[in-house]
Amino acid sequence: MVTGTETALEAELRRLAGSVPDPELPVLSLEELGVLRGVQILGPGRVEVELTPTYTGCPAIEAMAADIERVLHEHGVAEVSVVKVLSPAWSTDDITADGRRKLAEFGIAPPRPGAVDGPVPLTLTVRCPHCGSTDTELLSRFSSTACKALRRCAACREPFDHFKEL
Amino acid sequence: MTAALALGDDALVLSHRLGEWAGHAPVLEEEVALANIALDLLGQARTLLSLVGDEDELAYLREERAFRNLQLVEQPNGDFAHTIARQLYFSTYQRLLYGQLAAGDGELTGLAAKAVKEVAYHQDHAEQWTLRLGDGTAESHERMQRACDALWRFTGEMFQPVEGLDVDREALRSAWLESVTTVLKRATLTVPDTADTGAWSAGAGRQGLHTESFGRMLAEMQHLHRSHPGASW
Repeated sequence: MVTGTETALEAELRRLAGSVPDPELPVLSLEELGVLRGVQILGPGRVEVELTPTYTGCPAIEAMAADIERVLHEHGVAEVSVVKVLSPAWSTDDITADGRRKLAEFGIAPPRPGAVDGPVPLTLTVRCPHCGSTDTELLSRFSSTACKALRRCAACREPFDHFKEL
Repeated sequence: MTAALALGDDALVLSHRLGEWAGHAPVLEEEVALANIALDLLGQARTLLSLVGDEDELAYLREERAFRNLQLVEQPNGDFAHTIARQLYFSTYQRLLYGQLAAGDGELTGLAAKAVKEVAYHQDHAEQWTLRLGDGTAESHERMQRACDALWRFTGEMFQPVEGLDVDREALRSAWLESVTTVLKRATLTVPDTADTGAWSAGAGRQGLHTESFGRMLAEMQHLHRSHPGASW
């Protein structure tokens, strides 16, 4: 989290950590995914990074932590500890505007804004990332990873992943 | 700690049961759905069990009597209708329970606030299938009704007190019953009117007393770790 007390070095380390690509969606950086919560210098050569998982069981977080450690090591930080924080819970609203655009360009329909709090909405349309049609149907609420649903476009007939709202 | 252990065991055991569907689900999409739900539950289990101790030791090195999960979640998968009935009963409970915990400020609040959003999808999945099967063919209707009836006697345990679990159990029970009743009626199914606990039982899963099939499930879940202690990928 960017706060008034963040030092220039912390901001630089945060930029480095945030530039790490998501291991499963390499078009997105961790900053764009919104999972990087903070970078703190604990002492000389000692840095703590706060990371939040998209889903509680998302296995990608271990790869993210390892990648952050590697990048910061390469930039001279001797000791990197990545801690997992759950609260406040990550939401698809934390994905940046750039992140949403990149998802769509990658062929994944981005999540709709205004994350769900309550019953899962069933009726709002999702635009096909291939042809742009809004005439798409849900095939399954669960897809290739925990964070996606599987849909099909009725216009171009292509199936596609949708980053579902959380 | 008792509360985290109980809820962690629920999530772990149901995750393993759902994982047993891998390679056996009726269609590919369903295979993926059940595995995804299992993965969410496994993530919750890891977080909850880590509050209690070493997650691997707790998962792989405890004997049957030390597990505190509900008997409902350890029930065998049965046919697809049985799995869906179990999902409907449990995900409705878990969502209401996590919803209450998320509104508090205890040790479980952070996890509950996060997991309640995941469980909303599990509940939706179970409800959609209950509607399709209940209001489907004569065969699917009969099987879904049979599954709902067979698992009903395991539902009362969800509303028993758990040490350290600060929830309004009466509100939980009435909201659960209302939600499940609404779905079953829409699915043209009959809400079971039999007892929601087994009259024969001297206790239940929360006290470490489990049903026969649970030991076999644990044997499969634990044997690799016990045979090769410390093994890793």
